[in-house]
Amino acid sequence: MPEKNLITGAQNTWCPGCGNFTLQFALRNAIKGLIADGVPLENIVLVTGIGCHAKMGDYLDINSFYSIHGRTIPVATGIKLANPDLTVLCCAGDGDAYAEGLDHLIFGAKRNTDITVIVHNNRVYGLTTGQYTPTSPLGFRGKSTPQGAPEEPFNPLILMLASGAGFVARSTSRKMPHLSGIIGQALRHKGFSYVDVLQICATYFNVSELYDRQGYELSDHDPSDFSAACAKAEEWDYNSDAPIAFGLFYQEEKTSFEERFSRHPASPGSRNEQIRAFLEMKR
Amino acid sequence: MNDISVLTGGRAGDGINSAGLLIAHLFNQMGYQTYMYFDYPSLIKGGHNFTITRAAEQKIGAHRDRCDYLLALSQDSVDLHRHLFSENTVILYDSGRVHGEGQGIPVEAILKAEQAPPVMGNSCIIGAFAKSSGIPFDVVETVIRRQIPKAAAKNLVIARKGYEAVREERIIPRIGTTCCPLVTGNEAIGLGLLHGGLDAYVAYPMTPTSNLLHFLARAARNFPLTVVHPENEIAVMLMALGLSYAGKKTAVGTSGGGFCLMTEGFSLAGGSEIPIVVVMGQRTGPSTGLPTYTGQTELGFVLHAGQGEFPRLVVAPGDPEQAYFWSSIALTLAWKCQVPAVILADKTLCEGTYSLDEKAIGPPETSDLQQSGISGQYRRYSITDNGISPLQFPPLKDAAIKVNSYAHDEDGITTEKADMVRLMTEKRQRKYEALKGEIDALECVKSYGTSSARTALLCWGSTLLVCKEAAKRHGFGVIQPVVLSPFPEEQLKSVIEGTPNIISVEENTEGQLRLLCHQHGIPVASHIAKIDGRPFSVEELDARLGEVP
Repeated sequence: MPEKNLITGAQNTWCPGCGNFTLQFALRNAIKGLIADGVPLENIVLVTGIGCHAKMGDYLDINSFYSIHGRTIPVATGIKLANPDLTVLCCAGDGDAYAEGLDHLIFGAKRNTDITVIVHNNRVYGLTTGQYTPTSPLGFRGKSTPQGAPEEPFNPLILMLASGAGFVARSTSRKMPHLSGIIGQALRHKGFSYVDVLQICATYFNVSELYDRQGYELSDHDPSDFSAACAKAEEWDYNSDAPIAFGLFYQEEKTSFEERFSRHPASPGSRNEQIRAFLEMKR
Repeated sequence: MNDISVLTGGRAGDGINSAGLLIAHLFNQMGYQTYMYFDYPSLIKGGHNFTITRAAEQKIGAHRDRCDYLLALSQDSVDLHRHLFSENTVILYDSGRVHGEGQGIPVEAILKAEQAPPVMGNSCIIGAFAKSSGIPFDVVETVIRRQIPKAAAKNLVIARKGYEAVREERIIPRIGTTCCPLVTGNEAIGLGLLHGGLDAYVAYPMTPTSNLLHFLARAARNFPLTVVHPENEIAVMLMALGLSYAGKKTAVGTSGGGFCLMTEGFSLAGGSEIPIVVVMGQRTGPSTGLPTYTGQTELGFVLHAGQGEFPRLVVAPGDPEQAYFWSSIALTLAWKCQVPAVILADKTLCEGTYSLDEKAIGPPETSDLQQSGISGQYRRYSITDNGISPLQFPPLKDAAIKVNSYAHDEDGITTEKADMVRLMTEKRQRKYEALKGEIDALECVKSYGTSSARTALLCWGSTLLVCKEAAKRHGFGVIQPVVLSPFPEEQLKSVIEGTPNIISVEENTEGQLRLLCHQHGIPVASHIAKIDGRPFSVEELDARLGEVP
């Protein structure tokens, strides 16, 4: 069979220079890696939220559920529960994962559903033309905060570590091979895997220079050491000018949510017989 | 005609619901039709809870404003219900807690002597009730052995002590030997969904549908059923849509406040054509309102919920038989037409306990959907004559199954092209017609005693049975549309024809069904509203009907 290029014919409408292009090709490469491992293409399902990132659902020629703002994780959880043989991944924006759907992100980590969440964290609302997000720096001048954002950002890595995520990583759209590698690892992790991708927004928040200058790849770091992971995650607070580490911060294999659901064996009687048995009990 | 009401009252935590249910089972064994109303405030311990267990020879589903027997486990149970007493009311009370007239039973002393836990006080009172009403002890034994199988022996000892503690006062005769299953509306809905092929149920607890969640969570031990309780109703709806997308017939359950959170997902289901069933148990609003009381204020809400236009099925069953039948139908049609469906119930139906007429519950046999053969490239939203596209689930070889909340083309890829947006809107509109065709083949409007009546009560949902009973006293008919969307206009018009005077009876202010009828050119002359969170009693509706000019 000829290798599929996994890209649909949909017209691409990302801005020139958008970080999503890197992500799209990194993701495609990671998916090709899975296929090379023997995962059937039709077993892969992508769930997207709403925002520039979410166009990935239109552009990748794979099963997709283009959902609504903030809600990728419950959708993905439902799909995985329905059929644990599927490989389910979410592309979410920082508005999706950290604002509108923050509760689902925390519960995704808490449940340890075997899904992968990739957060396209460009630290700005792009599609709604430039407002601050939960990870924009203090004082960010967006259209809703012309005087500068009055809130400090939160650190999503710390949040995920505190919530029980078994795979916590960060990469950037500035490092394509690194990003492909991390996504590949995340997809292979059994349990909830989370990747924060620092991505530039070419139009509203182009901080390529910051990520290039401050970014470095983790080395001599033991991802099974929770305390070390927390310390590394605290190094940069998404606000200051500290060094920014990229790589796998923390990994722990745990029983997944769907494994904890007892799957009732095909029942001996028909549904109607069981309904009759219940009614008999109520007589 | 034998028609008996037993009021059992106590504090929350006393197990009043269970006590009332045991009384219902005694009546069931004595050949009666029974109905139990459970009234409780929103708290866990203390407060005043009561049940009214009613028994009659005919099918019933409403309480009476009378009390033939009072079983009082608290002083409030006597003091708060005096207006229901007559000179014939038999009063049995726990003499350790209540100062009363009637026969006292030293419940605490009996339990202490037998070293039994407080919860067994119910069995003591039930035993006393049986004696006072002349119900043979072997009936008590049958009920306790069937309903409390785990601790039957000890409960029987306690019940016997209660039985021996009082004298016979007012005899309840046996009228038959046939027993019915006694089920709540929630159970009937759950069983109907299971009959329809339910694979998964997702819900966040909310009165009055929490017990449906509990029932199905237990049922998941015997059925191949996945039951999930996620972080909130937003997650509930989206998780359910994920399950449906991957091929699992899924329902969610909630009340008005939870459904507010679900509406974004409800609209997503409509636009992306993912089947889903919502069990919407109404309670008294607005906002938190009266969490444990009833109302019929969400008809307008469910008919219009969600942005944009899309077809939806809304059914409002009025009794447990309809709840079973229409829950099964709702799931089947949601999948057949790929639309969201709402089962609109309320606290009265959900938490009331009824004698179930098994002969009346058999829905048409449901079969798996016949998929038209898929030739060539699979397209999730391929445009068809009836608007319904072939439904497939991942994994599907050589296909990408794409669903989309955006306006989309046949492949499920986002589009903003005017022509495609129009074509897809028309496709969904044709699905409305297909759904209308499905419901037109069913009896969507029930009528009772309308052939000779010049006046009929128009009702929907749980007021059906009180309407039937009160209407009979006035020689009125009763008309009940069970399907409310697509609105069965032709069926309703044909049923109403020849009945010039229509009175709507609804537990809301303006008459939401009445207004809907007006939109369809069906005049409804008068409206009887009930807006205090309590269901109509037979006497109350009877009196209100007498006031209609």
